[in-house]
Amino acid sequence: MKYEAFDRKIEDVGLQDGIAKLTPEKIEKTINEVLQGETGAKLKAYHETCVRCGLCAQACHFYVSHDGDPSYSPAGKVAQTMSVILDKKGKVSAEFIYKAAQIAYTECNLCRRCVHYCPLGIDTGYIMSTVRRICHKLGVTPQYLQDTAHSHSATMNQMWVKEDEWTDALLWQEEEARDEFPNMRIPLDKNGADIMYSVIAPEPKFRTHLIYQATAILHEADIDFTMPTTTGWDNSDMAMYSGDFEIMGRLKRDHFECAQGLKVKKIVMGECGHAFRSVYDMGNRWNAWKDYPVEVVHSIEFFAELLRSGKIKMKEKYPEPVTIHDPCNVIRGRGLMEELRYVVGEICETVVEMTPNREYNYCCCAGGGVINCGPPFKNVRVNGNKAKADQLRAVKEQGVTTVISPCHNCHGGLEDIIHSYELGLELKFLGDIIYANMVKNKAIEE
Amino acid sequence: MYHSIYEFVIGPLAWIGWTVFVVGSIWKLASMWALAKKKDGSSIAYTRFGYGARSIIQWLIPFGTTGWKSNPAVTVATFIFHICLVLVPIFLSAHVVLWDQFFGVSWGTLPDTVADYMTVAVILAAAFFAYRRIAVKEVAFLTTYKDWMALGIAVSPFVTGFLAYHQIFNYQVMIVLHILCGLAWLAFIPFSRLSHMLISWYSRAYIGSEFQGVRHCKDW
Ligand code: SF4
Ligand code: SF4
Ligand code: SF4
Repeated sequence: MKYEAFDRKIEDVGLQDGIAKLTPEKIEKTINEVLQGETGAKLKAYHETCVRCGLCAQACHFYVSHDGDPSYSPAGKVAQTMSVILDKKGKVSAEFIYKAAQIAYTECNLCRRCVHYCPLGIDTGYIMSTVRRICHKLGVTPQYLQDTAHSHSATMNQMWVKEDEWTDALLWQEEEARDEFPNMRIPLDKNGADIMYSVIAPEPKFRTHLIYQATAILHEADIDFTMPTTTGWDNSDMAMYSGDFEIMGRLKRDHFECAQGLKVKKIVMGECGHAFRSVYDMGNRWNAWKDYPVEVVHSIEFFAELLRSGKIKMKEKYPEPVTIHDPCNVIRGRGLMEELRYVVGEICETVVEMTPNREYNYCCCAGGGVINCGPPFKNVRVNGNKAKADQLRAVKEQGVTTVISPCHNCHGGLEDIIHSYELGLELKFLGDIIYANMVKNKAIEE
Repeated sequence: MYHSIYEFVIGPLAWIGWTVFVVGSIWKLASMWALAKKKDGSSIAYTRFGYGARSIIQWLIPFGTTGWKSNPAVTVATFIFHICLVLVPIFLSAHVVLWDQFFGVSWGTLPDTVADYMTVAVILAAAFFAYRRIAVKEVAFLTTYKDWMALGIAVSPFVTGFLAYHQIFNYQVMIVLHILCGLAWLAFIPFSRLSHMLISWYSRAYIGSEFQGVRHCKDW
């Protein structure tokens, strides 16, 4: 077949050690378990009816960024992975699994932009997730991503944060914040609060200032909120991306049970995209919940509510011209494009839109667990998203200095792109700007 | 001799072709539905008629979607191809006469010249698709014998019908070939890539429901 050669293999210890343990029998058996046990008419229909028209190609930033290399097109990636698996009924080699894993985990962000281009409504994101699921069950996963999944299973958070470290991080941020807001509290495990605020584990680990900012905003807005000290505080979900759906289900259950235990009215999630996907799209279905047991809102919606109701007022708007990067998990995934524009419009003077934008945005190339595959695959992300660099450069030429994106992964990915393509742009969360420029009635005078 | 062959293809073979098409299509749809009910419960749970219909209608509008807009040539070819592909066999006067002769049912017909132009349009569109299969990198990469087969089967009744109508080559041979191709066309619908004719309504309705209902976003 014409696409047997795979010229871009990347050494990754997780993938290498994984395939070393495989036998042809194990591969075939595992694949058929997944295909027969977990997939059905959806996959079959996609496989049989895709008319190989290639229209989806230009949807994908990987394809665009590699000058139209067909092996990066959505249907091209399916052809090299799932199509072969199905056509050969699981009789594939270990080397093939390596390649399939590399493509599924690191060359697709599951961003689903391709769906906008496919006349038959074929969901490549779903197909790639299923390839990942197979690879997970075969034990062939990128090492860094697997580490986060292990962490989830051992600690119920993504970053090996220990229980006392988490509480410690919260107390530390509270203490810091009290210099500015003397009455500031981060209420821990408060029963019956209106809101449970949940974050992703990289926040206590690397970005504690985000906890400071978010809780300062909650404090200033007089919100009755709480943060749990027990597991369930971390809403992130890398197991979903590694294909470990058993852990994914446990994580979502834990997150909601934590909120239910505290008897809060709703959960507000920090500025993260993938965690949201896990809640509305993946984890709930695995747990067989059509709707989730406690209302969940993303920061974008929450900030919009605070600004609309006047609970938070801006002292001044952010003066520099900004552009908006639409995180696919909350935009194409949850339709928050206009809410995001409302919030940015309320907090910034000038907004210059990127093209394309809103639900047609290009992904940052970090999402879908790709950034979590770690350093071996950094260039895959950066080279795979020249398209984003071009988009950013175009708005920069119109005077934009700052990119706003309410998603942690997007920040990680865009940071690398901005740096590698020397774009010289600043990157901000909504919370960064709101915290810095809001009216602080409860703060001490400086 | 010729007469008995003709009688055979237009008689028993036609019955076989139509039966395979009808029974095969019902089996295809029913088995897919049964499988979906058994294995894709969470997908069925989110499928909504309104969202599905909206998505289908949007994609039936030429240039109504991002995908169509970004590929004008493919869009024009696709719409012409599919519209003519469906209308010509149904409304061709020669076909309507056959229905009348066999079953005594009849309906309006297309003027022969119009049908002739539409036939040429189908052939040209198919030629364009064939060209893409060879010349456009991302399409060539995906193309397998199944795609050539689907294209070949889809266009063959039109090529042979055109040749027969214009009495090019031997009319008698052509008309038999034409009938054979037409029956193959029908019989392959449930069992090849042509099954997108049956299934894509479902996949479109489903993904439309997911996007509009769950993700609050367009799928076009
Ligand atoms: S990265 Fe996005 S556009 Fe590309 S194949 Fe994956 S889901 Fe489709
Ligand atoms: S656009 Fe859809 S039908 Fe065409 S090749 Fe891509 S996935 Fe297949
Ligand atoms: S990281 Fe951001 S843009 Fe990228 S997949 Fe996640 S939400 Fe989408």
